[in-house]
Amino acid sequence: MIRLLRTYLRPYAAQLAVVLVLLLVGAIGNLYLPDLNGDIINNGVVKGDTDYIVRVGALMLVITVIVGLAAIASVYLSSLIANAFARDVRSAVFSTVETFGQVEVNQFGPASLITRNTNDVQQVQQLVFVALTVVVSAPILIVGGIFMALRTDVPLSGLLVVVLPLMALVIGLVMSRAIPLFRATQAKLDRINQVMRETLAGVRVIRAFVRTRHEEARFETASLDLYDTQLRAGRLFALTQPVIFAIFNLSTVAAIWFGAIRVQNGGLSIGDLTAFLQYLSQILFAVLTAVFVFILVPRAAVSAGRIIEVLDTAPSIHDPDEPVVPDPAGPERGIVEFSGVEFRYPGAQEPVLHGISFRAEPGRTTAIVGSTGSGKSTLINLIPRFYDATSGRILVDGVDIKTMDREDLWAQIGVIPQKAFLFGGTVASNLRFGKADATDEELWHALDIAQGRDFVSEMDGGLEAPITQGGSNVSGGQRQRLAIARAVVKDAPIYIFDDSFSALDFATDARLRAALERELGRATVIIVAQRVGTILNADQIIVMDSGRIVGSGTHRQLLETNETYREIVYSQLSEEEAVA
Amino acid sequence: MSGRPGADGPGAPVFRPGTAGPGGPGGRPMGPGGGRGPGMMGLGMGLPPAKADDFRGSLRRLFGTLGPERPLIVLVVLLAIVSVTFNVIGPKILGEAINLIVEGELGKQILGSGATQQEAIDTARAQGQKQLADMLSGMQLNAGGIDFGALAGLLGVLVAVYVISSIFGWIQGWIMAGVTQRTVLKLRADVDRKLGRLPLRYFDSHPRGDLLSRVTNDIDNIGQSLQQSLTQLITSLLTIVGVLILMLTISPLLAVISLLAVPASLAVTILIVRRSQQQFVAQWASTGALNGHVEEMHTGHSIVKAFGRQREAIEVFDRENERLFDASRRAQFISGIIQPAMTFISNLNYVAIAVIGGLQVAAGQLSIGDVVAFIQYSRQFTFPIIQTASIVNVLQSAVASAERVFELLDESEESADPVHAVPLDAPVGAVRFEDVSFRYLPEQPLIDDLSLDVSAGATVAIVGPTGAGKTTLVNLLMRFYELDAGRITIDGIDTRDVTRDDLRRSFGMVLQDTWLFNGTIRENIAYGRLDATDVELRAAAEAAHVDHFVRTLPDGYDTVIDDDATNLSAGEKQLLTISRAFLADPPILILDEATSSVDTRTEVLIQRAMAGLMHGRTTFVIAHRLSTIRDADTILVMDRGKIVEQGDHESLLARAGFYAELYESQFSEALAEAV
Repeated sequence: MIRLLRTYLRPYAAQLAVVLVLLLVGAIGNLYLPDLNGDIINNGVVKGDTDYIVRVGALMLVITVIVGLAAIASVYLSSLIANAFARDVRSAVFSTVETFGQVEVNQFGPASLITRNTNDVQQVQQLVFVALTVVVSAPILIVGGIFMALRTDVPLSGLLVVVLPLMALVIGLVMSRAIPLFRATQAKLDRINQVMRETLAGVRVIRAFVRTRHEEARFETASLDLYDTQLRAGRLFALTQPVIFAIFNLSTVAAIWFGAIRVQNGGLSIGDLTAFLQYLSQILFAVLTAVFVFILVPRAAVSAGRIIEVLDTAPSIHDPDEPVVPDPAGPERGIVEFSGVEFRYPGAQEPVLHGISFRAEPGRTTAIVGSTGSGKSTLINLIPRFYDATSGRILVDGVDIKTMDREDLWAQIGVIPQKAFLFGGTVASNLRFGKADATDEELWHALDIAQGRDFVSEMDGGLEAPITQGGSNVSGGQRQRLAIARAVVKDAPIYIFDDSFSALDFATDARLRAALERELGRATVIIVAQRVGTILNADQIIVMDSGRIVGSGTHRQLLETNETYREIVYSQLSEEEAVA
Repeated sequence: MSGRPGADGPGAPVFRPGTAGPGGPGGRPMGPGGGRGPGMMGLGMGLPPAKADDFRGSLRRLFGTLGPERPLIVLVVLLAIVSVTFNVIGPKILGEAINLIVEGELGKQILGSGATQQEAIDTARAQGQKQLADMLSGMQLNAGGIDFGALAGLLGVLVAVYVISSIFGWIQGWIMAGVTQRTVLKLRADVDRKLGRLPLRYFDSHPRGDLLSRVTNDIDNIGQSLQQSLTQLITSLLTIVGVLILMLTISPLLAVISLLAVPASLAVTILIVRRSQQQFVAQWASTGALNGHVEEMHTGHSIVKAFGRQREAIEVFDRENERLFDASRRAQFISGIIQPAMTFISNLNYVAIAVIGGLQVAAGQLSIGDVVAFIQYSRQFTFPIIQTASIVNVLQSAVASAERVFELLDESEESADPVHAVPLDAPVGAVRFEDVSFRYLPEQPLIDDLSLDVSAGATVAIVGPTGAGKTTLVNLLMRFYELDAGRITIDGIDTRDVTRDDLRRSFGMVLQDTWLFNGTIRENIAYGRLDATDVELRAAAEAAHVDHFVRTLPDGYDTVIDDDATNLSAGEKQLLTISRAFLADPPILILDEATSSVDTRTEVLIQRAMAGLMHGRTTFVIAHRLSTIRDADTILVMDRGKIVEQGDHESLLARAGFYAELYESQFSEALAEAV
């Protein structure tokens, strides 16, 4: 936690210094005020000196105003610092997650990443703000109090030797018990987030299967779990405060008793005894305020740990230190080459892909077919480096993709994912995802290719029609076409279609593929397909089985030579066109 | 030392469990600082208009959620009365203990020097030390010095008072922790149940991340706030009352002056709160918005990357982040002003009491001791007021969060199931649409006057261009959305006359979007029917051809599917959802492009299994495959929300209408290209 604080508070060192000065002014003023209180009573009220009362009263008010202004200024700066700190940490967390590969995102789980970015940061922010208000006054009051107490009576000050460590012990005990509880609290908040997120994502299925109550039970389990932990933490703190107060009050009683003995023995005047009591109360009061800060520490410490965990996670896939910059005017544009590529998931025994070698060229369509689980999707996920090949090389335009900046790599690839995920916004904002400065004409052109012009122009607002999160307000087929248009707008030399036509009806599918062929003439197209019809006239068809390439060639070649391919084709096109 | 006689001297420690120091009660994000004065707690003070009405309403409602805990809260109040009483008594006993020491010490000095007490008093008076004389005359001087027996007795009582007070404080805190957490638990459950009753429209228009934020961040904030503030609020309010009573017994006039601090404090807090409440509302709203953005970006993580949009994602994030920063900074600052303002008022009040008290002493209307005691109590009086202000400040943040939660709870729900619902027991599955009209957006007509008659066991293929309303038809059938006009019947029963659960139980559905949850594969399949035996589960898995690939997984059916099911391919996910439908074994099937993501080899097997499943069941297929369409009993040709043609394949082709055209363009072209 200290590291997090140090790193992210450093930019505000100047403001922090000002806050400290302001707090110092406030603390001194606050130390002075009780003296004036006493003076008013002793020299004013007791003596009936109204002038004196008014005079000192006015002085008090002046000091109060100064202290108040200092307090307001320091609250202003403290809130600024604490919230700027939180803002910067949130920003750092988010930026870090944006560098993550899918592996790291899955490792934390999206739900947990969300909690860490908002709730956890909030916990630390609270601590920073509250700590800033006592960081100066508490030490000054404590040290000043101890000094004054010692000056008043050394033997009686011995009490402090007992009381202060006792309080420290209590605080330490509470902290050590609270930290595991709060660690559990945050983890259980993650769980709540996770269950709730699933419930929201699957609301249609849940209702279709009449499982609302089942989901409620699942949520309730998570919720009860959180309740248990928070209750235990709450009760722990319910005990802390009274114990601290008891120590506090009992030490006053002890001071009176021992003080009385010393008065009796003539070692202490009564005036000094009451003064000592005041200093004692001042010290303990300061300790108490510090305790209220300490109460926030365990949860904040746990949260800080969770934040640092994210910040410290180095993405397994990262850019090279000295990236090779592909030449945009180079002679070769869009050549994708796999050479002896193997991939296995971290910790998995068996590789998902072995010995994959092939070459996809511009102006040509490379189709990848194979049964479910044969590794098709995994294979194409390696091209944009969503995952890194565990051995072998993947070259784009002759450059190993691991030696390129990923931004440069991505700039060359238009991906149309299996699940056409749209973002909340408008049709246009989604289409411009790959090219922020695309003109409306470009968007319409892309929609023409993706067979989306008709439905978009019928939508209320056309290009500016709203799209809800995930694209839930358009049909599956429309979503897929928008995702395709999105990639087309990007105008990249390489297109990767991951089973991206599945939700389209045949006519649309056919028109779309015809248009793609026309428009993407010079591009390299890699298609993962389930429907054979989609890929029959691909220039190159790669047949996969159990993570290996078992054949490649054109439809006709494969039909003659490849058993696996034949099986796939006959299973689907049997009657209609068979061999054609 | 003169001037500090009797009662507790200035600064005598007065601490009560449950009341906090200046750091604010455990400090919430808003830290020290105030909020509304106690008048807001329902004492009926004048309130600022508009915004604050929401505040008051939401606050009342927030306290209303504590309703079931009322007996315990009453108990806590009773306990608090005891501990507050003890705390008000504590300083008095402390004062007496100091008096004992003073008596002993002075007794030793005065009596020890051979004088009597009366002589000492006279001497003092003669020397003009009126006050000392007064003091001495009120004392029981003890020649033997301090009476340790009596002192021990007093201190013993004091120890007992403090210990009991602390124990009571502990019990209060212990009970209140339960009260708070149960309330929060209930709130979470309420929200979750509410989400189960909201119409699907609601989910279409609200970002998931914002809803998530309400369940986690907002409810968590409410919990933390209540936990910190409730006990302290009770104690502080009681202390104010207790001290006020003591002050009234000493000097009604000065008590009234002290009381003036209350409306002044209130005015200031209202002024400040009026501004800060908006900021708190903004703070939690932007927390939700930020959460929404984060959720969306993390969900679409790889798309964001593939399109090189991290920079923009970060830009949007920074914008939302800046907004949150601004709102919470302001909330914290504006509410933070309350503390210095309160201190100023309390000091002003203090000086006023000192001046007026001094004048009264001079006029002989009040004894010095009384004024001194009074000043002490006025100190004790302002402290809990400042405290209450800072608690209300914490509550302010909680109320802003509560408003967001209540807003969700107040959304209009799906219409309730009919009270006397017609049971829908094993329907044969005859489905009728009668003049059905529906639109998602009022200004965008979608389905108008649609009528359709499907006999039990028939297969209906729905075809038409994308966006023709095919999915909508299914949504209406399942009553995910309510009809604008017309009715849908099953076996002649209006679907609105049966419970939604009964209705949906008679449907088996495979949706375009596969949905799996974090759990094992077994759990995910069993979702179709929770009481299914292992044998049935296996049978369903085999029918959907899931069994094979599941068994190749290292953990088989116990393989855990992660958050976004990224460890399964789309085809595998689809197969799992199909097996789920197999297991559910319903009388009516809805296949929404069900098999489109399954690879070709598997697909054939599935189609065969489907054929078996469809046998004897009413089936609606949103069809893309020629074979499905041709084998259907009825083909519904939809265009722009209307059924434009209806019939079987041959008759529709013969009619040479929209279907024939569609068929021509779709399949001949597809075939031509395939060749």
